Amino acid sequence: MRIIRIIACCIGIASAYLVTADAQTPARQSGYQSMSAENKALQDDSSANPALFWLMDGQTLWKEVLGPKQKSCASCHGESAQSMKGVATHYPKVIIGKLQTLEGQINQCRAFNQGLPKFAYESKELLALTAFVATQSKGSPIAVDETAVNRVDLKKGHDWFYQRMGQLNLSCAQCHEERAGLKLGGSIIPQAHPTGYPIYRIEWQSLGSLERRLRNCMNGVRAQPFEYGSTEMAQLELFLMWRARGMPLETPAVRP
Amino acid sequence: MSKTSRTVITMPDKAKRGEIIEIRAIAQHDMETGFRYDQTGKRIPRDIIRNFTCSYGGVEVFKADFYPGVGANPMVIFTTIATESGTLQFEWTGDDGYEALNQAQITVT
Amino acid sequence: MSAIQTKKNVGRRDWLTQALLLGVSFCLQPLLALAKKPEALEAIQKIIGSNALNEGKVKLVLPPLIENGNLVVLKVGVDNPMTEQNYVKAIHIIAEGNPLPNVFSAYLTPRSGTANITTRVRLAESQKVWAIAQLSDGSFWQSSVQTMVTTSACTEEP
Repeated sequence: MRIIRIIACCIGIASAYLVTADAQTPARQSGYQSMSAENKALQDDSSANPALFWLMDGQTLWKEVLGPKQKSCASCHGESAQSMKGVATHYPKVIIGKLQTLEGQINQCRAFNQGLPKFAYESKELLALTAFVATQSKGSPIAVDETAVNRVDLKKGHDWFYQRMGQLNLSCAQCHEERAGLKLGGSIIPQAHPTGYPIYRIEWQSLGSLERRLRNCMNGVRAQPFEYGSTEMAQLELFLMWRARGMPLETPAVRP
Repeated sequence: MSKTSRTVITMPDKAKRGEIIEIRAIAQHDMETGFRYDQTGKRIPRDIIRNFTCSYGGVEVFKADFYPGVGANPMVIFTTIATESGTLQFEWTGDDGYEALNQAQITVT
Repeated sequence: MSAIQTKKNVGRRDWLTQALLLGVSFCLQPLLALAKKPEALEAIQKIIGSNALNEGKVKLVLPPLIENGNLVVLKVGVDNPMTEQNYVKAIHIIAEGNPLPNVFSAYLTPRSGTANITTRVRLAESQKVWAIAQLSDGSFWQSSVQTMVTTSACTEEP
């Protein structure tokens, strides 16, 4: 009888440990999983996905021959943009000593190789081109790893993620790691893996970038949001993409 | 001032006579409701697509009225009977002189 | 003679008017109980005129819980043979809680094949959405869905 009680206790303790261990290290999950069936269907159906028109605009911009050098993206990178397959999964990355996001690199190419003024952040053109380039890698796993050149920026990004900020004094991790899966208002808190950017956010009724979404988050905790195109943004984005490494890219995603 | 935008039609290009086909029509348009305010507190004026028609071989087979409550990049999915081979014409009209046209061919056997 | 006849005519007209008012209010009363907002009621009234609004035949599908009301897939269908003699002429969508209750109107023909329509609408808040179908015989049929609309967290505006 006593031995049965001891065994029962052991089983109880073991299963309690297993349950809490599972709760502490949940499998990584894209925000897609927490969406309603209807919104998932919106993302999956390429002819109904609201990002459709930005992709079409991006394709047009890709081929547009412009500027003093009379070059288009296609002039160097090919008509069909198949050369872009796998590219978006490596961003942000350090290029010639500077940490570049995909938007930053597109603008860099535009200014340096085409001799044209850079696109404004969140402009229709930059969103369209970024989405067009990123969607060429749809389905491929995010491939941002820690390297010797990005180590410092990655650490900085890591610190931004775990640092409390704003009037509400909350860090990204407090919601998106500790409380992911729970609810904030009526919405489920996602784990915040940027697997589908630029996304069509139903709230915006428009396509938008990761930086726009991060600024929304910072507004949410009443912090001074990072500026578009800033180093801090790139560092945080680098950390988030590193954190999501291995997860498939969904661009263009739909999110509420 | 007239303006236009992209539109996408998704429908089969072949069908049997009498078969019911599904047509999906979507237009690129912000559908500004007229109920929003800008940063300065000024009302942003209404600017929407008002009307959509589908003609099959010159005969109007479907029509829809859109109001501000229709979502951005308005989409309609409807059906029609494949009666004969020919062209389906799609037209969208709206505020501020907006007009968009698209067409699709169908072979009916 | 004519004076007496006129008086009789007025009497009949009076009675007819009263009967009509009674009939209309009989139709209106159930609507008043169902449609919460007066603008929505007015919009529905404009559509059906003095006809009765019957329940049935129409199937309206909206998600039960809507994560964001800016883009909501709406499916509406009417059980109808869609022949020359008997077809659905129009389907109207009314959203009670929107600043403008009329949302979408579709006009069909005997060539439509089915009376199934899908579109994407904006819903300002949790509210009742109506689908009103007009048949070729002049009758009106309705169905409604009560929706729950939530908003996203962490937006641009506070």
